[in-house]
Amino acid sequence: MKKLVASTVLALSVIGASVVPAAADNIKIGYVDPLSGGAASIGQIGLNQLNFIADTANKNGGINGEQVEVIGYDNQINPQTSLVQVQKAIDEGVRIIIQGNGSSVGSAIEGFVAKYNRRNPDAHIVYLNYGAIDPVMTNDNCSYWHFGFDANTNVKMAALTNFIKQRAEIKKVYLINQDYSFGHAVADTAVSMLKEKRPDIEIVGNEFHPLVKITDFSPYIAKIKASGADTVITSNWGQDFSLLIKAAGQSGLDVNWYTYYAGAAGGPTAIKQADMAGRVFQINEGISNLGYEPAENTAREYGARYKDAPVLFPRIFNTTAMLFKAIEAAGSQDPADFIPKLEGMKYASFSAGGDSFMRKDDHQLFQPLYISSFGPLASDKAFDEEHTGWGWNKVGEIAAKDTVVPTTCKMKRPG
Amino acid sequence: MFEILFISTINGVLYGMLLFLMASGLTVIFSMMGVLNLAHASFYMLGAFFGFEITLHMGFWAGLVFAPLIVAGIGMVVERYGLRHVHRHGHVAELLFTFGLTFVIQEVVEMVWGKLPVDYRVPASLDFSAFTVFATTYPAFKIFALLVSVVIFLALLMVIRRTRIGLIVQAALSHPDMVGMLGHNVDRVFMLVFGVGVALAAVAGVIAGPVLVTQSNMAGLLGPILFVVVVVGGLGSLGGAFVASLLIGLVQTYAVAFNISLADVFGSSPLSGDVAFYLDDLWNVTVAQVAPILPYLLLVLILIFRPRGLMGTNNR
Repeated sequence: MKKLVASTVLALSVIGASVVPAAADNIKIGYVDPLSGGAASIGQIGLNQLNFIADTANKNGGINGEQVEVIGYDNQINPQTSLVQVQKAIDEGVRIIIQGNGSSVGSAIEGFVAKYNRRNPDAHIVYLNYGAIDPVMTNDNCSYWHFGFDANTNVKMAALTNFIKQRAEIKKVYLINQDYSFGHAVADTAVSMLKEKRPDIEIVGNEFHPLVKITDFSPYIAKIKASGADTVITSNWGQDFSLLIKAAGQSGLDVNWYTYYAGAAGGPTAIKQADMAGRVFQINEGISNLGYEPAENTAREYGARYKDAPVLFPRIFNTTAMLFKAIEAAGSQDPADFIPKLEGMKYASFSAGGDSFMRKDDHQLFQPLYISSFGPLASDKAFDEEHTGWGWNKVGEIAAKDTVVPTTCKMKRPG
Repeated sequence: MFEILFISTINGVLYGMLLFLMASGLTVIFSMMGVLNLAHASFYMLGAFFGFEITLHMGFWAGLVFAPLIVAGIGMVVERYGLRHVHRHGHVAELLFTFGLTFVIQEVVEMVWGKLPVDYRVPASLDFSAFTVFATTYPAFKIFALLVSVVIFLALLMVIRRTRIGLIVQAALSHPDMVGMLGHNVDRVFMLVFGVGVALAAVAGVIAGPVLVTQSNMAGLLGPILFVVVVVGGLGSLGGAFVASLLIGLVQTYAVAFNISLADVFGSSPLSGDVAFYLDDLWNVTVAQVAPILPYLLLVLILIFRPRGLMGTNNR
């Protein structure tokens, strides 16, 4: 009996502790991403960044005087689990869902949120997507309640192929991607865009390998070598990227790598281990060391707080900054009120303050994209990646207006 | 053609030997104790992380010696205070116990080293290319891994088949009471065997860590394939595990090398209509695309047609 009383008291005190700060008018952000399992390293970094952003905002008096509260929901990068977690978040009073890892997850959430809002006309849930970049999400399946803050596959490939177009030394390209919707989307766009912009380039291989199942990539490397390729394009992420690049380093494969996610967690460490200075390129929405003071201050503060994983995803900072701007402009944290402010919003992007805009037609953000290569840093550049001593060096920049691609979206607006 | 065949053979052998390095300890524990250790890959991961940590302070060679010793110590504690009690309740309890252990170890590793991959490097003394074939270089470290696994194979074979220790251990499995009567401490024998088994996993971890990615989910990635090796080779057969490792390494590597699909062999799909809509994908899939699934297919076939495995001695 004594034990029961004690545990009840304990339970009550825990509940009490969590109830007090969660005042009714807090801006609640539900972060639905992997926080356990294989992809947890990346998911945890996103949560760290959101916590950092919320704390910074709260220190400066909050947004419209309201405190920002971030709640993490572990979706194990599984679409089905994600929907359960989104429902749980909604039940707990969250109206802003943020997610970014995995297009299959993103598509599921996009559909779920649209359906939920249709069935509950007073609910208004918004889904802010900082990283799921399957183009279908802002094209055929676009939704009024979804915003895409990362450049989608088509946008990135258009920018990347524009860069490749100017490099006459590229003659034979090999594509290797993970065998799921995203990998196929990248490969298909690469084939069609290369054919259009550089018909002389020969595509000597178009390989798909199972997702996160390969331990030994040397057979694939042997195949790339046998094909005579001088350039490889890959959208691999996580360990599929790390193991691929390490296997290439070990067998002395002499090619340049054009990647989507070389900068994601673990990538820089692997490139350094493979000793491939200047051979690995990535295209993304921003890197450190662009000499932009506000971004560098944030990076310094963030690095001091999360010493173990000082990795910045500019796309998360873009997402929240635009969200806060919209909430302030609308004077309301109800998505129905601030979504019109997000639509068409002009914004100076996080990494270098470049012009960006949220296209109203399909809710796709267009922003400056950067092509960078990984290697030793010049002495005036302060930020290395993952304590490797190496960092990203800018080799190309594409302004937002040059990344615009058409959309097939026919958006259904409420009312 | 010859070039890719030749290189694939080397790659396959190197990968197969790495697999054997990891699977040897699992086979030892199973053949001598009759315990299927689901946490084996977790001990392999512990070996990699201890190896990384010791390498930082004392160098790689110290790591190669001390990491397995530490892991052996942990393994013996687990056997003495956990597995031994569970053992009485039969195999299901053992399986559940080792299954639970995988989660405990993973959580502990995440608490200590975090979820990001650590920067575990090949030691400078082995960081050069051993030889070059057809413009493909082979790092000395991989050759070193191959040598270590051959040495371990021979040493284990000698100990089990040719020494008194091996004799006692094998006898302890089938007739524990008799061996006990003869004055041997059966419990201690089992504890030592478990320690040696997980130490072998740790050796594999120390060596594979720099080649692969040392990360808190590395155990999950390798666990399944290790069981394929052991089952295909024959549960408890060391020689079988050796052959199966090589076989799986080679099959997987060759399969990746060839882009042949059913459509290439038999021409475009003979099907039409709705059936074709669903089956054309299957028809056009290349061997390379399904390569990583082939070992599991092999597992299923072996279980159906030769349940005791390639070189297993009984159907236990």
